[in-house]
Amino acid sequence: MSELLQFLFSGLTVGAIYALVALGFTLVYRASDVVNFAQGEFVMLGGMTTVFLVQLGLPIPAAAVLAVLATIAVGLLLHRLAIEPARGAGAVTLVIITIGASIFLRGAAQVVFDKQLHQLPAFSGDAPVTVLGATILPQSFWILGGTAALVVLLWAFINRTLVGKAVIATAGNRLAARLVGIDTGRIVGLSFALSAAIGAVAGILAAPITFTSYDIGTMLALKGFAAAMLGGMGSPVGAVAGGLLLGLLEALGAGYLSSTYKDAVAFVVILAVLFAMPNGLFGEAVRERV
Amino acid sequence: MMTSLSRRCLLAATAALTLSFSGAASAAEPIRIGAVLSVTGPAAFLGDPEQKTLELYVKRINEAGGVLGRPLQLVVYDDGGDASKAKTFAQRLVEEDEVVAMVGGTSTGTTMAMIPVFEDAGIPFISLAGGIEIVEPVNPHVFKMPHTDRMACQKIFEDLKARGFTKLGLISGTGGFGASMRKQCTAVAPDYGITIVADETYGPKDTDVTPQLTKIRGSAAQAVLNADFGQGPAVVTRNYRQLGIDLPLYQSHGVASKQFIELAGEAANGARLPAAALLVADKLPDGDPQKKVLVDYKTAFENAFKQPVSTFGGHAYDGIMILKSAIERAGSTEPGAIRDAIEATKGFVGTAGVFNMTPEDHMGLDLSAFRMLEIKNGDWALAG
Repeated sequence: MSELLQFLFSGLTVGAIYALVALGFTLVYRASDVVNFAQGEFVMLGGMTTVFLVQLGLPIPAAAVLAVLATIAVGLLLHRLAIEPARGAGAVTLVIITIGASIFLRGAAQVVFDKQLHQLPAFSGDAPVTVLGATILPQSFWILGGTAALVVLLWAFINRTLVGKAVIATAGNRLAARLVGIDTGRIVGLSFALSAAIGAVAGILAAPITFTSYDIGTMLALKGFAAAMLGGMGSPVGAVAGGLLLGLLEALGAGYLSSTYKDAVAFVVILAVLFAMPNGLFGEAVRERV
Repeated sequence: MMTSLSRRCLLAATAALTLSFSGAASAAEPIRIGAVLSVTGPAAFLGDPEQKTLELYVKRINEAGGVLGRPLQLVVYDDGGDASKAKTFAQRLVEEDEVVAMVGGTSTGTTMAMIPVFEDAGIPFISLAGGIEIVEPVNPHVFKMPHTDRMACQKIFEDLKARGFTKLGLISGTGGFGASMRKQCTAVAPDYGITIVADETYGPKDTDVTPQLTKIRGSAAQAVLNADFGQGPAVVTRNYRQLGIDLPLYQSHGVASKQFIELAGEAANGARLPAAALLVADKLPDGDPQKKVLVDYKTAFENAFKQPVSTFGGHAYDGIMILKSAIERAGSTEPGAIRDAIEATKGFVGTAGVFNMTPEDHMGLDLSAFRMLEIKNGDWALAG
């Protein structure tokens, strides 16, 4: 029992980080049909900027806020300088642009920051909490709570504000949205800013237990993308469910089957799901836009 | 009249020039030594101190009068961690720079790619990489400075045996270092009467290994060994403490850097690892044969570069100093003679240990090269 609980704690903590990355993918994809492979770099930028601001003597909360703002700025610049000029290009071209952007950001981070691994101090100490014989770090609660808070805030923003409705409209049908007076270019920019902010928060929350370095983005983008596909590309609920599920699959695979094949176990399950449900668990059927 | 005078002047000038050139050549024509290192790229944390060490010591040797009365000239190329680039640079060293020996090859991958080039040219190659395949089977022209992961396993198993443990839980990274060490440890465990009762792995970028450790905790293991370097061991160590596992934890020589202690924090205390004596240079007893060499190197490096010394730079020190001694003993800069002299190195005290090369052993270190360390209060200490 305590064993299973330990696996669940591990899976949920790792899964929550995947979920936030998947959520970032989903936001941009909904608004612009772009799969933004620089999403992992947003996570890296959030963590690394905070670490370096803390080293400069700033308290963690101030450093975290500045890091999120800096990452939003990078997200907006990415949209303005790389995505916007290529408007109208095919999906593959846009994906390749984002891959290029991710390589660029990784290279820039090597120069601006460094190539070492870094760690933030845990927000509420390192003493593990024991629950029914299993242990969990206080930072895991921060990650799980932070993920939940972001999901609720995002939901409220999308469904309860006018700008949020404009995002839904843009996601639904860009031409129609433009006809009713929505500036879809700005909405896409907003999506980049939002997904950058979510990525940065994920990077800051995770840095105390997962460490951060210039190259963590690649693996996170891969796992986050898999989670988004599992949940259904473009579905926010699916992104969160997919992320948590992927984390749990890895933890249970490592715990009950074989740690050597834990990634394989996770990906076999994803393949099986996509085979039966090509749009993912929560995805809608693909509609061709005219 | 005018012409004959000017011709005579010209002749005299030419003669003087020729004389001065030939004089310079016999007195101070530099001995060229090649180095292909991964100064940038993923292995930069290895290549950077290696380059700094080589440059520092070539300068010091030259200031002290050079070797055989001639200065050393170091030709360094940066392969960025890319094996095919390393091979191209190796060819350039042989064909254009005409080096008499090579000290370099930061990783096992770049070293293996360069071996054929130096073998064909008959030029001695002192590698700074760890993989056992560099010297096993022995290649007449290839030597290596660092100890191997098999020796790290043996050192740990000696310690386990001394503490009366026979059942070991193994958790290793799936990267090159972890996979190789896992293989070596599994191979030599029976020699020490040790059974590996749990054998878990994790990916190089994994951020949580509590499921694997939970399984090990549920096994019959009396101690746990983590074979990996970089981020993995820090994650393992922290998860280990999070789970409150109270079995002794062993790490590999791959974590022998301050960064590990910084990343793992409090959790690192109590972990044991085999490491080169350089890390505890100032804690060694005064009678230790290596103490003087270690303290001298550490002081020289830290004064010159204002950064902490690392064992990787130490391997470069061993390489250049063994080469210097070999050229002196050979009394010649002919590559074949240098090779023979390197192979005849006996009792050379370096940073990695005391080297005794033989035609069958082109590394020349034994287990005494490793010290068993324990992390205490966030610092290295010799294990009791």
